[in-house]
Amino acid sequence: MATTEVTKQIDARGMPCPGPLMTLIGEIRAGQVGDTFEVWSSDEGSKTDIPAWTAKAAHELVEVITEPEFARFVVRKAR
Amino acid sequence: MDDGKLSVALFSGTDDKLTAASTLIAGAAAMGRKVDVLLQFWALDSFRADRITKDHGASPEAGEEGAAQFRRKAGSGELTHWSEVLRQAKEIGEVRFHACAQSMDVLDIATDELDPVVDDVEGIAAFMLGADGPIVFI
Repeated sequence: MATTEVTKQIDARGMPCPGPLMTLIGEIRAGQVGDTFEVWSSDEGSKTDIPAWTAKAAHELVEVITEPEFARFVVRKAR
Repeated sequence: MDDGKLSVALFSGTDDKLTAASTLIAGAAAMGRKVDVLLQFWALDSFRADRITKDHGASPEAGEEGAAQFRRKAGSGELTHWSEVLRQAKEIGEVRFHACAQSMDVLDIATDELDPVVDDVEGIAAFMLGADGPIVFI
C-alpha cells in the first residue's frame, strides 16, 4: 500500500496515449512543489511515458502500482 | 530540456493523420523539444476556425472498416480531439504553427479565418531558416 499522502488523484482510465500523460503534466504545472499526484491509467503507453517524462522533467516517480486492469502512478512535483 | 527541434510539415487534413501528428507534437513538447509546424494544403484547411472540430474523415489507407473504427473511438469521448492535444502541447512547450503562405493563396484563406492555435503565416524560406534538422512530412 502507498504510504505517500496524495494531493490529487487523477482518473485517466480509458484515455488513449498521450491523454494520461498530458493530463498529469497539466496538473503538475498547476500544482505546488511537493504536491503528489496519483494517475490511474489503463493506457499501455503510460507505463513507458510517465517514467520517461518524470525523469526528463526532473520530478519524482514515487511508485507504480499495477492493478489488474490499470496502473497507478504516484508522482511528486519536485521543482 | 532542449534536445533539438522537431520540424513538421503537415499536409494531410484527415482526422486520423492529424491525431497521429498531434501525438508526435505533444510528445516532443512534453520531452522538452521545440516544435515548428508548417501547415500546408489540406492540413491548413482543417485549421480553419469554423471547421477545426468538424469531421475531416480518415486517410485512404484506413479503408472503410478502419475509418469506421476510428470514428467510433473518436466519438466515444475517450480520445481527446487533435486540436485540443495541440493546444495542450502549446501550453507545456515551445510549439509554433505556421500557415504556409502558398497554401493560404491556393486555398484562398484569409489570416482571420484561421484558428487561434496558428501563430502566423510564413514563407518557405523563413520556415527553413528555423528548421535545423530533418523535416517530418505528414
